[in-house]
Order: sequence, then C-alpha cells, then structure tokens
Amino acid sequence: MKLDVDGLDVLFPYEFIYPEQFMYMRELKRSLDAKGHCVLEMPSGTGKTISLLSLIVAYLLKHPLELTKLIYCSRTVPELEKVVEELKLLIDYYEQETGEKSNILGLALSSRKNLCIHPEVSREIYGKAVDSKCHSLTASYVREKREKDPSVPVCDFFEKFDGFGRESTLTSGVYNLDDLKDAGKQKGWCPYFLSRYTIGYANIVVYSYHYLLDPKIAELVSKELSKESVVVFDEAHNIDNVCIDSLSVHITRRSLDKACNNIDTLKKKIDRIKDTDAERLKDEYKRLVQGLRDASAARNTDAHLANPVLPDEVLQEAVPGNIRNAEHFLSFLSRLVEYLKVRLRIQHVVSESPASFLKDIYNKVCIERKPLRFCAERLHSLTRTLQLTDIDDLSPVTLVANFATLVSTYTKGFNLIIEPFDDKTPTIINPILHFSCMDASIAVKPIFDRFQSVVITSGTLSPLDMYPKILDFRPVTMASFTMTLARSSICPMICSRGNDQVSITSKFESREDIAVIRNYGNLLVEISCSVPDGVVCFFTSYIYMESIVASWYEQGIIEKIQKNKLLFIETPDAAETSVALHNYHKACENGRGAVLLSVARGKVSEGIDFDHHFGRAVIMFGIPYVYTQSRILKARLEYLRDQFQIRENDFLTFDAMRHAAQCVGRALRGKTDYGIMIFADKRFSRADKRGKLPRWIQEHMKDSLLNLSTDEVVQVSKKFLREMAQPFRREDQLGHSLLTLEQLESVDMKKKLDQTIHHN
Amino acid sequence: MATSSEEVLLVLNEVRHLKRDGSLYLMTERLAWQDDGKDVFSVSHFYADIKQQKISPDGSSKIQLQILLHRGNSSKFQFVNHDGPPSQLKDRDAAKELLQQLLPRFRSRANKELEQKNKMLQNDPELFQLYKDLVVSGVMTADQFWDSRKNNNSNSKDAGDCPGQGTGVSAAFLSEIQPQADGCNGVKYNLTPDIIEAIFRIYPAVKKKHLENVPNNLSEKEFWTRFFQSQYFHRDRINTGSKDLFTESAKLDEKGMKEEAAKAALNPFLDIQALTDKSLDDGYGAKTDYVGSADQVNSSIVKHSTSIILDSTSSSATNALSKLIPNSSLADKDTTHTNHVNNHNGPSTSTSAPSSSKRARLQEAISYKDLKSHSTGMGVSLKLQRTEGYYHGPMPAQAGNMVSPEEILRAVHVVQRDMHEYRSNQSKLPSRQTAASVLSELSPGGALMGGSSQQPMHTLYGNDLQQEISRMYVALSELLRHFWSCFPVSNKTLEEKLLRMKDTLQQFQAKKLIPFKESLARQHLQPNLTDHLDDLLDTAFRKFASWHSKKTGRGLT
Repeated sequence: MKLDVDGLDVLFPYEFIYPEQFMYMRELKRSLDAKGHCVLEMPSGTGKTISLLSLIVAYLLKHPLELTKLIYCSRTVPELEKVVEELKLLIDYYEQETGEKSNILGLALSSRKNLCIHPEVSREIYGKAVDSKCHSLTASYVREKREKDPSVPVCDFFEKFDGFGRESTLTSGVYNLDDLKDAGKQKGWCPYFLSRYTIGYANIVVYSYHYLLDPKIAELVSKELSKESVVVFDEAHNIDNVCIDSLSVHITRRSLDKACNNIDTLKKKIDRIKDTDAERLKDEYKRLVQGLRDASAARNTDAHLANPVLPDEVLQEAVPGNIRNAEHFLSFLSRLVEYLKVRLRIQHVVSESPASFLKDIYNKVCIERKPLRFCAERLHSLTRTLQLTDIDDLSPVTLVANFATLVSTYTKGFNLIIEPFDDKTPTIINPILHFSCMDASIAVKPIFDRFQSVVITSGTLSPLDMYPKILDFRPVTMASFTMTLARSSICPMICSRGNDQVSITSKFESREDIAVIRNYGNLLVEISCSVPDGVVCFFTSYIYMESIVASWYEQGIIEKIQKNKLLFIETPDAAETSVALHNYHKACENGRGAVLLSVARGKVSEGIDFDHHFGRAVIMFGIPYVYTQSRILKARLEYLRDQFQIRENDFLTFDAMRHAAQCVGRALRGKTDYGIMIFADKRFSRADKRGKLPRWIQEHMKDSLLNLSTDEVVQVSKKFLREMAQPFRREDQLGHSLLTLEQLESVDMKKKLDQTIHHN
Repeated sequence: MATSSEEVLLVLNEVRHLKRDGSLYLMTERLAWQDDGKDVFSVSHFYADIKQQKISPDGSSKIQLQILLHRGNSSKFQFVNHDGPPSQLKDRDAAKELLQQLLPRFRSRANKELEQKNKMLQNDPELFQLYKDLVVSGVMTADQFWDSRKNNNSNSKDAGDCPGQGTGVSAAFLSEIQPQADGCNGVKYNLTPDIIEAIFRIYPAVKKKHLENVPNNLSEKEFWTRFFQSQYFHRDRINTGSKDLFTESAKLDEKGMKEEAAKAALNPFLDIQALTDKSLDDGYGAKTDYVGSADQVNSSIVKHSTSIILDSTSSSATNALSKLIPNSSLADKDTTHTNHVNNHNGPSTSTSAPSSSKRARLQEAISYKDLKSHSTGMGVSLKLQRTEGYYHGPMPAQAGNMVSPEEILRAVHVVQRDMHEYRSNQSKLPSRQTAASVLSELSPGGALMGGSSQQPMHTLYGNDLQQEISRMYVALSELLRHFWSCFPVSNKTLEEKLLRMKDTLQQFQAKKLIPFKESLARQHLQPNLTDHLDDLLDTAFRKFASWHSKKTGRGLT
C-alpha cells in the first residue's frame, strides 16, 4: 500500500499495516528531517525492520541529495540475512508498483568465512584461519612475488576481481550473502572483496556492528562511507557492551610469552633481510621519516572515519626516531614485554589509571608515551615490510602493540587492573592484565559525530533515557511504542514464592538455599506438565545453573521433568549447544515437547528466537545481575557515577532488567504468537525493577499477577492457554491492531494512534 | 496338537504345575507343559500371549516361574529337580533367560494387535457394546469374537489406518531403573525386557557391545552388572576405573554427537558458532571468557535427550516415507529430514539443498502472515477438459439427439389426449365398500390391529428398554449372521463353526434372552416384545435341526 507519512510517499509491501509501524515511520522521518539521532523502542515481531526499510528507501528516493546511504548494523549473521531478505521483498514491491527496475543497490557484508568461495580456503572452520589463509594468498607482496615467480599460489577469484571487478560494477539489485557468492562464482570474482568494494557506492549496506564500532576493522572497511548516511543499530540494547569490548584488551602471561617468541621470529627475519635485501628496510625508514602524511591527508578530506586507535597526533607527526629503525623498534618492543611481565609478577590486585601506568613505565624502563602511541602503526608497517604472510601467528605481539597504543592514547575513560589470579580459583596463580574501557561513548563517538543520523532501535530499550546518557549523545526523538494487540497474547507474571510459601529469589544470600532450589524445580516441573511444546528457562549464570541442575539431580526433579518433556541444556561449548538447540527444535516439532535450560547473557539468549511452539513459556529464574564483585565492573560503575551521574544501583538494575526483558522477549515474535513469561524472583515485583521492563510487557502485568505462588502461576497459565486456544481471525485484529489504508487515514484513528506512542 | 512339527528349544523335566509333576517345553512359538502321566500338553501358551514372566525371589523356599498372560490369567511352574535347590535354580534360570530372549520378539506383535483391537473398540461404540454383550458376558470368547471380525476388517484395515508412529522412549526411562539396596552392601537393579529394549534403542553402542559379548564372553547377567558399574551409566558421577567395557561406547557416542553437530549446522538460525560475524580475538574484549567447569552432568543430560530424540525421529522418518501426512508443511520437514539422513553419505549432492532450505527458512522468518491480504494465497487452478460445459451448463451428450420445442409440445399434447381418453378397467378390483372396511380394520383401533396398541412403540416403552432391545437385536443379528453364513455347509471348518455358532446361539438364548424376558415380566410388560427375537432363534434352530438330521441321516446311510 502507498502511505503518506508526513508528506512522504512510502510504499509499504503489505496490504495491511500495524498501527505502531506507522507511528514508528513517522518518528523516524522526523529525526531524518532534523538530521539528528533517535532512540526508538518497538517490540519485536511488530515488523520493525520492514517499517525502517520502507521509510528510509522512500526517503533515499525522494531526497537523493540529502541522504545517500543507509548503513544497517545488526548483531548476528542470521539477523542481517533476514534484513537483506526483507529489503528484497521491498524492492520487488517497488518494481511491481512502479513497473520499472529500481536502481537501488543493497548488499550484505560479512567476514571472509561467510563469503569465501575459494575451494580450499573456504573449507576452514574457524574465521581466523580463513582470514589468515586468504591473506597469504592475496597480500600485495605475495602478488608481487607472483609476478616474478608464477609458482607462488594466489587466489584466482581475487586476481580476477582485481583485474576487472572494479571497473564493471554490480548491477543494481539486492544481494544477500548467498547471492554475492553466486555472483562471485558466476563471474569468478571474490565475493568478499567485491562486497567490500561495493559498499562504497551501494545505497544500502547491511553488516554487523563490528564493521563500524571496532576501530581495528572499521579502519579497513568503513572509512570511506559518506557523511550523508543514516546509520541504524538494530537490536541495540547491548550496544554499550559492544563498544566497550571493541576497545578493551586483556593480556595474560601466556600471551606475553608468545609475544616474546614473535619478537624473536621478527628479529630473525630482519637479520635475514638485512643480508639479502637491505634496501627494503631503508625504504621503510625513509617512509617513516616522512611520517604518516598520507593518512593525515585523507582525514582532512573527510574521507576517513575517525579512528580512535589512531589519534590525530599520530597522523600529523613523524614516527619518533627511536623506533624508526626496525631493530630499534624490536628492542623497544621486547623491553615493553619484559616490563609487562614484571608487572604481572604480583601477589595482590593492582588497579591504576593509564596515566600512572605511563609514569611507572617511564620510571622503570624509560619508555616514553610518544613512541608507545606509534606502536601499533609501526608494527603494522614492519609486517608489511617484512612481507609476512601468516599474520595470524603474530597476534600476540599485535595485541601488545595495540595495548601500548591504547594505553598511551587514552588517559580518560580507561582503567588498568592487574589481578594475580582468577576470582573463582584463588589458589591458582594466573596473572592477567585488564585494560578495560569504561566509557562506551569513546568507540561510538566518531559515528555520532560523522554520520548525519544514527538510529538506535530494539525491542527492549527501556528505560530509554539511559542510552543517551551512557553513549553520550543527544537524540532528537526518543520514543517507545507499545504493541497493539487484539487479544492479550502475552502473559507476564511474577512468581514470588513456592507452594510452601517460601519466597523464591536468586539473591546471593539465599540462592544456595535448598528450599529455593526445590521451589524453582517444582515450578519447572509444574509448568512442564501444563504447558505444551517448548519451555525455555533462563538462569542468571552458568555456575548457578550448574549448581541448580546438580541439586535437581539429587532431588529427583530432573527425572520428573524428563517424564514430561525432553531436557536440553545450554553449555559453554558452542558446538554442543548448537546440537542441543537443533534437537530441542526437533522435539518441539514432533510434538514431544522440550525444556531448554539456558543462561541470560549467553549466546542463546541473544541470538536465538523461540517463536510460536518453540517457546510457549519462558521462565526467568532470578534476576540476571552481572557478577558484581568483578573489579572491572566496579571501576566502570564508579566511572559512570562520576562522569554521567548514574547511580551504581540504577545501572545494575537497568542492566539486569534489559537482559531479563531480552530473555523473556525471545518467546514472542509476532502478533499471532503467544507466550507465558514467568519472572521467578520476588524482587521482580518491586516497582524499581518492574518499572524498568519495556512498556509492552509492563502493560500486561496486572497487579494481580505480581505476587503469585507456584500453584497460582499454574492456574493462571492454564487459563491463559485455554484462552489462546480459541480461534483467532483477521477480523478480530482488523481496525484495532491491524489497519487497512482507509482505516489508517480515518480521523479518529489518527487520534488513537497517538496513544500508542510514549515520548520520553 | 502335533509336537513334531515344532522345534523344541528347551525341555525341563520335573516341573510342577498345579501340584502335578510334568515337564516344561519351550518351543519356537509357544511354551507348554505336559503332565507326566499324559501325552498331550495340558498347558500351552503362545509367546505372543505372554505379558510378563515373574520369578520367585532368591531367598524363597520354592523355586518358581510365573507366566502372566495378557488376558489376565497366569500359570505358575515350580521347579522340583531332585538334585536340590541349586540345580532347580539352574533349571529356572535357563527357562527364564530363554524366555527373556524370546518374549520381546513376540511382544511387539502382540502389543500391536492388542492396540489395534483396543483402538477399534474405542472408535466404534457399537462394536464395543457388542463386545460387552458377547464377550464380557461370556457368550463368546474374545478369540472367537475377533476371529469373526477379522474377515470384515481385513478390507477396511488397508484403507483405514496407516502404519502408526512408533512409540518413543520416555526421557525418564533410566530413572525407572532404581537401584534397590539389598541390605548387605549391595544394590540390585530390576531390569525388564522393556527397559533393556529402551537402553538398546537409545544407546546403540550398548546394543553392539551386547551382541559382541553375550553370550560368548559374558552371561546376560554379567553384562548388565558391568553396564551398571561402568562409568557409561554413571558418567555424570565420579568414575573410578577407566578400563572397562563401555569406554569405547562412550567414545562412539561422542562421535555420534559430533555428527549431529555437523547436521545441526545445516540450520543457520541455530548454529551458535556461526551466529556472530566477527568474534573478538584472544586478548581483546572486556571480559575473560567463562571457562567451563569439569561438570559433565549438563552435557550428559543433553546427550541423553539427544539420543532419545534421534531415536524417535529416526523411527518416524522411516515411517514417514510410507505415510501420507495431511499437513504439508510437516511433510516437508519430515522429508527434508530424511533427505539429510540419506544424503549423509554423499555430501557432494546436498550442497544446493541447504542453501535453498536456508532461503526458505529466511522467507519464513520474515513473513508477516497477518499483514498480507487473503488473495495472496495461491488458489487451486481449475483444469477443464471441455470448457463449453463449464460455460453453458450441462448439455446433452450428443447434439444430434436434441429435441426441438415443437416436438416437446407435440408430446405434451399426445399425453394430454391420452389422459383425457383414459378409462380404467376395474373389474378385478374389490368393491368400494370392501376396500373402505379393510382400510378401517387395518387402521389403529380396527379389528385387525387388535394385537397392537394404538400408541406408537416409542412412546410406550422407556428409553432404557428400547436401547436394551436394540442391543439385543444387534447382538443376535451378529450371531445369526455368522450362523447363516455357514450354509451351505461345504467343508469341515464350516461345520465346526456351525456347531459352535449353534452353541453360541443357545447360550445367547439362555444367558441373555431369557433373563431379559424375565425382567420384562417383572416390569409387567408384554412379553410379546421378544416374539420376533424368538422367531429368529427358532428359525435358526429349525434350520440347524433339519441340517443335523439330514447329516446324521446321511452319515447313517
């Protein structure tokens, strides 16, 4: 249908539309008009992606000068493939409606592992191995060698792409990962480099967060994206953690040992080259004297995405004299590694700021801040000069160099912690140096600064005002949309006590209490015998889950569950968990029913959907607080309090509740879906916790459902399931949670629509 | 009963049954007991009929073996070898072990039959009533009843029920094997053939071991003792010996899990390893990864459930091939599953399949069914061979035979004229008065209707009675159907059946009809309600008597 969103004609590829989708588009259009950023929360399963795409594509077509590109970032590979698939649907609809071929070019980009079509390289299982092998076939000096010696293996696909691919471009259309592979196979071009090249001029780019947020990758991939772009972070509820991860480093004794070995091999290489090809080293030296002028020139023309790892000074200045010579640089590096080794030889925990670290390193081994800053860049230059093919092996020394650059660049927002042993195993000496970023805004700042609009969206972003605070930006719109439902198809409730009236909670003091564990078990047994098909449970941590499962084993609860349904458990081993999930699906498909025990913050809770019969009930055992004794977390909390005036408790609760919401939200993926959400902890009923749940869950949490015992929970869910079993037709939805074009344009609907939106 | 035709697997002398000495025979299809003094089997049970065998506890004074039948009755055999208890025990164990191997083979067949019968009874209330009337009341035995149904059902069976899905194994089956402390520092496991079968199905590796080692290297008992001692069973608990029979099995299981993992990777939405695009390298990222503890409980539970679901899907997959599933999407899933199984040996062929199935999954994941309009659903296309029929309605097969309007008009005129000239020939008819009087006599209240009351039957008698009568009719007509179907009596089996049916009819009369009449009399109701039933029976008996006299007469001559 053709919609009119505040004066913009939007083609929407369906006959009907949800009211909240329309409202979502309206808010989105406002922030695009204002060229500002926005935060939008809309429940999953209400067609967020298609509304986003429809509006932005319409905007791109209407205002080709103001907005040139959509950069859509999602978290997982299946997610981004879904986005591209929806985009295809939309473009098909455009072509069908307008009758002519659209000239929109959209494509996905993923790592080499998902795109490689080289017969040998693509057989590797691990992404790192694929990258390294690819590099050994496509690096510039390998190809130079090839010119002299044709027996050197190179990748045909890359050669062909390099030969012709850049001139003859991809025709307009939408390319998913598989389409890219097919196109690559057809033309003999490397899909990965084709895609990386094409994102420069494509209208719509879909890739994962890291390509934009991780400076190490963003530098390679995203630096040339134009300023007139809109960046969408979908599933952005965890964006701060991604930012922090991309700038944090931790170094163990083992990685230092390996780094030492790396330095030795580098030394040998240099010696060998000195004998054979001294000229090359001299060239490098000259280049370094000249400085990194080229990069700096690029930045001035605004073609670069600002790289936080490579601060401006590094670009403007020449590499300091004491590390220009390759040998000098290596001895500098080994001094640094030795110093770090000494620092790791401790008996107690040390926590210090980057500034005091720099002071100490200067006092002890006379390493200044300035050369430290150039470490990463200098090492990169060296590996290029030495023509090393297997960069994979050099990762420990690269890690140390990256750390050196980071620690000397940022004095604020970072913290350095050296722990002699792991908290969980206090008897085993395993020293580790954490250099952790505490300020999520550092990594994301260049993106907010550079791109004209950034959209932060997810199903669970409550409380909305937290995100602008921790990411340090000023949005023009912040809105939360509820899900208009013709029947109340979600049933959230809080189970606060067992049948024996002992309150259940995962509070630290009582979590090992046998009565609590038994009550948790009984709740699951009862639910597993009254809810059909799939039941998913989330625990607060692996350790807690393991201890509970062990006690359930002894109490015979596992057997009782197994009598009703098959039991599957998420383990830290990803392969094993995949098998468990696969069979969980099978068990739900063939009607046998299954229970999946999983962990909040785990892989399952963040990437796997349990729609329809795969998740009829979700049980959240306890509040998934982060491990609060961790020093890194403590430092971050302190920083948040000092810098952003966020109280520790507020942040912890916010973090716990967003994960809880994420977990229970996994079960509901659409308006025809339905699911029971059980929060099994009495603390959930407190207003400060409950109030931080997304609005669309809160709305359905009636007062009578806030303090239930196991029996009552079973009663409520039985009643709910009976209601849901009644036939549900389109007519029931129409006019309320589903609109035709006429209904949408009617006057009273406009009034009604305004009620579905909540501005903060 | 000819014993010579059957292979005797085991003969045990000095076995007592109902306080009489005899010998126990275990044959290929049945178990039998012969009294020492006679030369026929006085007890004979087909294995298929045997539900369970039970043995006396070790400490008891009598060494006994009890055979429980599906029908509910049982026979007890006592082993009284004169060499004393040890050899008695040996005899008993020999019989028990042989039975243990034999019974499961027949069990499935028996169970299936029973299930089928049960289902038939449940689906057909009339049949169930008949069953109650005839079998439960003792007019017929269950076997006779089912024998008589067999012919009818053989046709409907092919059409009606498809091969059912095999019953899966309960996830909690291992928990049913509860060890019991026997009081002196030992534990005892009770194993039934069901549990053994379940273990074999779920852990094929154990079955393999069993085939390899029993009975060559180990006895049945030893094998299971080892099984329970092994870490394979206790793998989630602390294990002691690493060298044992089942370590290899555990490895096999691991391998199976890995294969499963490869299969699981086919669904991109569930492959956790491929979920993230770019994982952070070692050393980057804020938190150190959680290192899994050595806790094996969780993964063993996963393995357990996995094997169970594999068992159930593999058995259903084989069935699915021959089965038509109404739900198309379900069928798709099943067939793709079997495809994967089939393609397992040739991965080269299946490269295109995952990508298309992946695409389908993607499409499914992004589609919003309720946003689409109805019309998008593909209608059934109509294939017409002769379109003119569709457009113009039914037409005569041959256009040449068409009747013109004039012809129709003429025909109408002819008929009208004929009617006009019609004169009836009434000489053979009764006079008007006679007809009227006969009519009145035949109406309710008339002389000829004196026997019946003026009220219709259904208002006269209570509902219960009506039902009772109709039940009587159903039962009797069923029996009579069999009775009459025996004529003409052409061979021996028919003759036997006829004799049996006659007995059955007599029993019916004695056990059902006469009590019914009496109850009618007690309620002061007219006994003529059952007149017709009596007539039916009398006719049958007369027919039988005439046949019988003929036969005996023929036999005499």
